[in-house]
Amino acid sequence: MSDWVFYLFALSVLMGGFFTVVSRNPVHSVLWLILSFLSTSGLFVLLGAEFVAMLLIIVYVGAVAVLFLFVVMMLDVDFAALKAEMAKYMPLALLIAVILLMQFVMAFGAWESNAAAQSLRAQITLEQYHNTEALGLILYDQYFLLFQLAGLILLVAMIGAIVLTLRHRQEIKRQDILAQMYRDPAHALELRDVKPGQGL
Amino acid sequence: MADFLVTPAGIAILMIAQILAIIAFVMISLIFLVYGDRKIWAAVQMRRGPNVVGTFGVLQSVADVLKYVFKEVIIPAGADKTVFLLAPMISFVLALLAWSVIPFNDGWVLADINVALLFVFAISSLEVYGVIMGGWASNSKYPFLGSLRSAAQMISYEVSIGLIIIGVIISTGSMNLGAIVHAQDTSYGFFGWYWLPHLPMVFLFFISALAETNRPPFDLPEAESELVAGYQVEYSSTPFLLFMAGEYVAIFLMCALTSLLFFGGWLSPIPGVADGPHWMIAKMLFFFFLFAMVKAITPRYRYDQLMRLGWKVFLPFSLAWVVFAAFAARFDWFWGGFARWPV
Repeated sequence: MSDWVFYLFALSVLMGGFFTVVSRNPVHSVLWLILSFLSTSGLFVLLGAEFVAMLLIIVYVGAVAVLFLFVVMMLDVDFAALKAEMAKYMPLALLIAVILLMQFVMAFGAWESNAAAQSLRAQITLEQYHNTEALGLILYDQYFLLFQLAGLILLVAMIGAIVLTLRHRQEIKRQDILAQMYRDPAHALELRDVKPGQGL
Repeated sequence: MADFLVTPAGIAILMIAQILAIIAFVMISLIFLVYGDRKIWAAVQMRRGPNVVGTFGVLQSVADVLKYVFKEVIIPAGADKTVFLLAPMISFVLALLAWSVIPFNDGWVLADINVALLFVFAISSLEVYGVIMGGWASNSKYPFLGSLRSAAQMISYEVSIGLIIIGVIISTGSMNLGAIVHAQDTSYGFFGWYWLPHLPMVFLFFISALAETNRPPFDLPEAESELVAGYQVEYSSTPFLLFMAGEYVAIFLMCALTSLLFFGGWLSPIPGVADGPHWMIAKMLFFFFLFAMVKAITPRYRYDQLMRLGWKVFLPFSLAWVVFAAFAARFDWFWGGFARWPV
């Protein structure tokens, strides 16, 4: 039974990936990509890693792919021109594909991992915990410093992105929420008795 | 019979029967919730509301459903037909999907999974796709603008919902909804539930739920005075019905989540009185009443105010609360109200 479910999800991952590449419409590409992500999370559930599966949906489908979709929907690009240009980059794309394929072949064929790394990998199976707790124990206990460092790097990247886009212009009028909320009728309103034909 | 039910075919039939029971429960309550919503709204505005079909108009929603179904489906000429029809289906199916992990009583749950709360959160983060696909596929300006607004709004408030949920998870030590309710089962009844230690978060969660389900005062995706009806402009007949039903199912789900997370689910508020699914239903109906009242009495937010509230008020406050709840749980402040498990 679970074999068939695996093949179903695997087929849908591959199909999603294939149509992401060949779709003419970029929005359709993103939608196929989302199908691919969802099927991948199905594969994670089959492996018993339900926490990772849910995170994949929340982070990739719920946030990253939405941003993709935003950008793609708002872009006004001439796709005929892009298609024509693609032929130019075909050799490079082929080269990358061949290298990737060779890496896969090596990883499954000739590659042998270090005995120390093997034993480390065997060490971290925590059978008595649910996988959420097991992940927490490994990330926040065993590899606490590395995890925090990874967070720090992401923080630096985020600040960098903000600094790059920050333009602080002085001459424009800004909205001051606090000042707006402290306005009251006594200061904002003035009652005048306007005589007909005179104006203020 | 009992032998048959443990064979694979028997289990499959049992599962399908349970699924149908939940869908039937949700859909039938939906018919009366829409009616109740309109009646409450009318009562606040001193109108009569629906009062023609059936006694007091209770069958109004049935008449509406039949009318929607028998109308012609109109698809705009420039629309992307597949995505256009897929969008309402996605939003309806996703809204129903989240009910699979909601317990109505001790053990009355279709899928009793460890990451139930995360599952509900993931499904509600997917719901934005129905809106965004519908708006884009209509190939029209107003739906497109409406869907962009709505997507930004739903993502913004999801962030604070996620952080509020983390506070509850810290207190329980589990993401299983059944375990969350069990952790609130103390001898103090009503005062043992999570609303007391997590009091500010109850309000934040309720307001975020309003924004997440596009209810007034945050119904900017379909702000009819600016955008006609937002992403639903080009929809007619059954696809529109699916969008609307999906929206109400999502609202009812948020009512169920509020009662499970902060108000003890199926637990009875008075110590000594028997727990049961009727308490859960009563709490859900109470929160639906609050949703309907908010719709009736509040004016619509401006879009920049909405974004400011989400990112500059709710996000820092709920983040600070996660830190506070973590300390309170770890060091056992407030007589162990924050930690219901050995931290």
